[in-house]
Amino acid sequence: MSQPLLSVSDLTVDFTTRGGEVRAVDSLAFSVERGRTLGIVGESGSGKTVTSMAVMGLHTSARVTGSIRLDGRELVGLPEAELARLRGRRMAMIFQDPLSSLHPYYTVGEQIAEHHRVHFNSGRKAARSRAVEMLAEVGIPEPARRAREYPHQFSGGMRQRVMIAMALACEPELLIADEPTTALDVTVQAQILELIARIQQDRGLAVLLITHDLGVVARVAHEVLVMYGGRAAERAPVDDLFAAPAHPYTRGLLDSLPRLDATDDQPLPAIPGSPPSLLTPAPGCAFAPRCAVAAAASEPERSHCGTVRPELAASQRHLVACHLSLHTTGGVR
Amino acid sequence: MTAAPLLSVRDLSMTFRTRRGPVKAVDGIGFDLAEGETLGLVGESGCGKSTTGRLIVRLLEPTGGTVSYEGRDISHLRQRELKPLRRRLQMVFQDPHSSLNPRQTVARIIADPLLVQGSPAAEARKRAAELMELVGLIPEHLDRYPHEFSGGQAQRIGIARALATGPRLVIADEPVSALDVSVQAQIVNLMERLQRELGLAYLFIAHDLSVVKRVCARVAVMYLGRIVEIGPKELVYTAPAHPYTSALLSAVPLPDPAAERTRKRITLLGDPPSPAAPPPGCTFHPRCPKAQQRCRTEAPVLRADDGGRQVACHFPEVPGALTLVTRTASP
Repeated sequence: MSQPLLSVSDLTVDFTTRGGEVRAVDSLAFSVERGRTLGIVGESGSGKTVTSMAVMGLHTSARVTGSIRLDGRELVGLPEAELARLRGRRMAMIFQDPLSSLHPYYTVGEQIAEHHRVHFNSGRKAARSRAVEMLAEVGIPEPARRAREYPHQFSGGMRQRVMIAMALACEPELLIADEPTTALDVTVQAQILELIARIQQDRGLAVLLITHDLGVVARVAHEVLVMYGGRAAERAPVDDLFAAPAHPYTRGLLDSLPRLDATDDQPLPAIPGSPPSLLTPAPGCAFAPRCAVAAAASEPERSHCGTVRPELAASQRHLVACHLSLHTTGGVR
Repeated sequence: MTAAPLLSVRDLSMTFRTRRGPVKAVDGIGFDLAEGETLGLVGESGCGKSTTGRLIVRLLEPTGGTVSYEGRDISHLRQRELKPLRRRLQMVFQDPHSSLNPRQTVARIIADPLLVQGSPAAEARKRAAELMELVGLIPEHLDRYPHEFSGGQAQRIGIARALATGPRLVIADEPVSALDVSVQAQIVNLMERLQRELGLAYLFIAHDLSVVKRVCARVAVMYLGRIVEIGPKELVYTAPAHPYTSALLSAVPLPDPAAERTRKRITLLGDPPSPAAPPPGCTFHPRCPKAQQRCRTEAPVLRADDGGRQVACHFPEVPGALTLVTRTASP
C-alpha cells in the first residue's frame, strides 16, 4: 500500500454560535490513498460537510485543530495565501448545487480557463483550449460551442459536469465531492457517478465522497467512514461495512432503508428519535439515546454507554467506536 | 374491480401559460385508485407528478380531462364547493417545517382544518390531542411551536393535520425525502400503520423508487407529463416493460457493494428534456437505448398486458428480461 495522499488525525472543529459553543467535528481520523475513494456517510449535523470544508481550509470562523496532511504537508495552520495555492491546484471540491458554485455572468469556458490561468500562469489562448478539452473529457457534447455558453444554459447534470471539469482543470490529486449527486435525478446521478469513477481511474485521483446515501457509497467507495454527532462511529472497507456492520448505528441505518431488493412484508426496523443536537452533546456515546443495543443491555453496561465516550478500536477489519460493538455482542434482534 | 373507485382520473391535462409559451406539465393521464389502496407516482423532476397531486386536491384547476372523487366530478368545482370536499381529501407535503405556520401552536395547526369546517374550539383541541397521540407525538406538546420539533416530528404534525377531518384519501407529495435517512423509516411505518388502522388510500408521489416499492401496491411511472407504465408493483419492479422504467430501476444505487459490482446497468444519455419543448413521437426516444424510426414520429399509447399492467411503448421489454436480485431483510 502506498503512502496516503490525505491523512487526517485528531481533527476537531469548533464554532461559536449564538446558541453557544459547538463542536461540529471531534477527534476525527482518516486517510485516503491515490486511486481510492473514501465515502463519508452521515445525516444532518454529523459533521461530514464541516470535515470536507476543514480539509479545503474553507472555515474562516471556525477553530480547526489537529492535523490534515496532504502528501505529507501539514495544512492546519497554513497561511491563507498558501492554502489558496493548494486549493484547486492539488485539491479541488465539487458541491451539491452546481448553479450556486458557478458565476452567472461568465461563460463556463471563461470560468474554467480563469481557474487554469491563476494556477499555471498560462496564456489566455492556452487556458481557453484547456477549458474546451476539459469539457470534452467530462462528456459535454460540442465542447467548443458549449464553452461559450453561460451556466443557466446548462441542465443540472451538465452543470455538475462543468463543475467537475473546472475541478479537474488544474489536475488536482484530491477531489472532494460533497453530495455531488443529491440534487440530480437518479438517471443523471448514475451518469455523474460513472464519470467520477472513470476520471478517478484515468488520473489516479484520491476521492473523498460525502453523502447521506448508502447506495451511492456502496456503488463507488472503497472505504467508508460513518459519522454520527461529529465523531467517527465506524470505519471499514466497503464490503466489510455492509456485510457485518459493527456499530449499532450503521446496522440500524442499513436495516431501516427501504430497498429495491427486499421483500416488503415486515415493518421497517426504524431507529427511534432524531439525530442529536450539537449544542447539547450527550456525555457518553452520542447514539446511546437511540441505540437498541444499549437499551437492551443490562446495568452497568447501559449507563456506561450513556456516560463514557467510546473510543475507536479495531475489530476485525473495522474501526468502531462502541462499547457494545455488534462484533462482540452479536446485537439484539 | 366491481366497486366504484374512490378516485378516478381520466385524460387529465394541465397546461401552464408561461412567458415562453404554453408548457404541458400533465398530458392526458388516467388511473383509478380504490378505497384503502396505495398508488405510487414516480418519475424525475419535471415529469408532472407533483402537478398531478395538486390537480387532484384541486390546488390547481385542470385544463383538460376529469378528476372524480367518490363518484363525483370535482375537476371544475368552485372554492365554495371545494370546502366540504377537503374534509375527505387531504395532502401531506415534502418539507414539514415550511408547510407548518411557525407562528401557530401545534394545537392550532392540527385543529385548523376542523375550525375551518366549523367545529367548536374545545372539541377541535380535544381532537388535536387525540391526533397527536395517533401519530406518535406527546399530546402534552400541543402548545409548542413547530421549531421546537425535529424534522421527523414536524412531518408527524403535518400528517396529523391531514388526518384531522377524517379523509379517505391522502395525497402525499415526497413525504419523506426531506428527512434524515434514520427518520424516513419511522414516517414510512407511521403511514403504513395509519393506513391499516384508518383504511386510508394514498397517492404516494416520490422520486425514490425504493420507498415507493415499500409503500405501494401499484405504481405509475411518469415521464414528461405522461404515464409510461402503470401496474402492480411486483410486475413493474421485477419485470419492467418500459425501457425508461428499466433504466430508472437500474440507476438506483443499492446499499450492497457486491450487488453493485455485478449489476447490469442501463445508463441513459442526457437529462430529462424540458416539458416546454417535448421531443416529437415518443418523448423518451432521444434517451432510449431501444429507440427506432417509429419512436421518433409516432407517440405510443398505453396498452394493457395480461397481468394488469399498461405500458406506452412501441417496443416494450420482454417481461422477465431484467430480474432484480431478491434478498430478504438481514436477519
